[in-house]
Amino acid sequence: MNKIESNKGWLFVLPVFIVVAFSAVIPLMTVVNYSVQDVFDANTRFFTGTEWYRTMLNDPQLQGALVRQFIFSFTILAIEVPLGILVALMMPKKGWQASLSLVLVSLPLLIPLNVVGTIWQIFTRTDIGLMGWGIRELGYAYNISRNSGDAWATIILMDVWHWTPLIALLCYSGLRAIPEAYYQAARIDRASRWAVFRYIQLPKLTNVLVIGVLIRFMDSFMIYAEPFVLTGGGPGSSTTFLSQALTAMAIGQFDLGPAAAFSIIYFLIILAVSFVFYTTIMHMQKDKTTQKTGDS
Amino acid sequence: MSLTLQNVSRVVDGETWISDVDLTLEPGSFNVLLGRTLSGKTTLMRLMAGLDRPTKGKVLMNGVDVTGVSVRERNISMVYQQFINYPNLTVYENIASPLRLAKLDKDTLDRRVRETAEMLGIESMLDRLPLELSGGQQQRTAMARALVKDAQVVLFDEPLVNLDYKLREGLRDELRNLFKARNCIAVYATTEPNEALALGGNTAVLHEGRLLQMGPTAQVYHKPRDIITAEMFSEPPINVVPGEVTENEVTFDQDVHFQLNNDLKMLQPGHYQFGVRASHIGLVPHSDDDLELPVKVDLAELSGSETFLHVRNPHFELVLHLSGVHEYEVDQEIKIYFPTHKLYAFDTQGSLVHSPARLVEA
Repeated sequence: MNKIESNKGWLFVLPVFIVVAFSAVIPLMTVVNYSVQDVFDANTRFFTGTEWYRTMLNDPQLQGALVRQFIFSFTILAIEVPLGILVALMMPKKGWQASLSLVLVSLPLLIPLNVVGTIWQIFTRTDIGLMGWGIRELGYAYNISRNSGDAWATIILMDVWHWTPLIALLCYSGLRAIPEAYYQAARIDRASRWAVFRYIQLPKLTNVLVIGVLIRFMDSFMIYAEPFVLTGGGPGSSTTFLSQALTAMAIGQFDLGPAAAFSIIYFLIILAVSFVFYTTIMHMQKDKTTQKTGDS
Repeated sequence: MSLTLQNVSRVVDGETWISDVDLTLEPGSFNVLLGRTLSGKTTLMRLMAGLDRPTKGKVLMNGVDVTGVSVRERNISMVYQQFINYPNLTVYENIASPLRLAKLDKDTLDRRVRETAEMLGIESMLDRLPLELSGGQQQRTAMARALVKDAQVVLFDEPLVNLDYKLREGLRDELRNLFKARNCIAVYATTEPNEALALGGNTAVLHEGRLLQMGPTAQVYHKPRDIITAEMFSEPPINVVPGEVTENEVTFDQDVHFQLNNDLKMLQPGHYQFGVRASHIGLVPHSDDDLELPVKVDLAELSGSETFLHVRNPHFELVLHLSGVHEYEVDQEIKIYFPTHKLYAFDTQGSLVHSPARLVEA
């Protein structure tokens, strides 16, 4: 018996291979290439090894941006996830009200990032912006270009406004997927509203929430356009997050080597945090399934 | 602890889902609701449970009007077609959940959970989560939850359809036994006549939201009130052949007629619809008065080790239910034997006027 060998399989894999190469591997390797060299001009460059990495890890400016980045990401997650669940629970289940609320809730998601920044920039102006003017009228000297607390609060508010709908929509679809019989069974059991949420809705939402939190974490960790437009990273560098610090270095000062090294570190941080988060959640679920009830 | 529905109707968006249902379920009885999909079985159960309010009519519990009383105030439990359990609670906690609200002391609660689990054969799975169990075990857990709290009414809404057939038979037999010693009202909805027969007890036949007939299962089977009841309560459906009774003969058409026998003698001359069960027609004569009919085969449908043989003559079609596997060519000409003494006779409106006398009346 002759086994027919064919290498046709490679033909089918080739398109994906090329796409991934051009979209991910080659750009990433270019960055890796820059990160180990000191570039003077097109023809003058020196190999520097890990020097840029060491410099970057010790750079107080970047360390500051990193800390701010973590504070920012965890703050908005802590607000957006519970709020999104709450919004999803309150949205109507059927009829034209459901369609209307879906459209209204998803509106912020349809607005381009830099437009969001611009909207809020105008919204918070104290002369013509409704919010800025309103707060001033209430007697508080609101000023996002002077007071870093105000700037922070405004950026977080903006992100919550922009992205809570994403969590809400994910949860809404998760909630709609729960068969009506569960709610009926709960009513027959005389379960309270809280018990229904705790023992039926929340467990059934776990999967969409994991996805939601992951997406929001990665996205917020890369936030750039909105704070750039709204506060420009100020006052001082109090709202300068990682990507803005990076851009300033790469484009503003044209420090290609350090910026490249920093990009790699940035990428690894996101990867590591997402990985840790994902495996933790998966482990928690696994633990739950092997957990024993104490015999009483 | 009897449950009575008095002239209960339910209309949703102008469509009548349940129309004028009147029935009483006795304590300790096992009642089967038999009807096709969309016949109103689930709607009727929801009304019994108090999940929905009837548009018209009253629901009485022990003679007390509970029409407007919400399901939370009633002591009922329900098992669904889907396997409904709390996903992140163990089997133990799932079974215990209805008792938690009753504030039982720990020992009583533990004892009852374990007793019920043992009754349903899931005592070794108490520490697992529902999703780690097979479908049959998940449904057992749901049943344990329904049985643990000593509800006055236990409703089963096609609980076995999502299980494979072997499991279904086992669980069905157990279910019947579980209720023998109880004094609650069990209601069991199904689309399958065979399931109703296997479960025994009482059967209520539902069709398009109306209650056609209710009574002890065997009686409903043997003396169906009309053609629709008879059709619903046999698998394959009963054969119906229009015919005419004259002074001394029954005529199906010019070629097919036979002498009136003792059995059918009381029929007044006129037009009737005659019903004959698929299992009563044979390939060999069973008694002297069987009518020999030449027919052509349309289809021989195998179901397990049984054959549903579809045949026709120029005037009507029949289905035979034969045991064993039989193979026939399409259009093959065969002879079948029509039992003239096992005929049901319905009038032109479809009401039963005569049922075969040989059957013992329940």
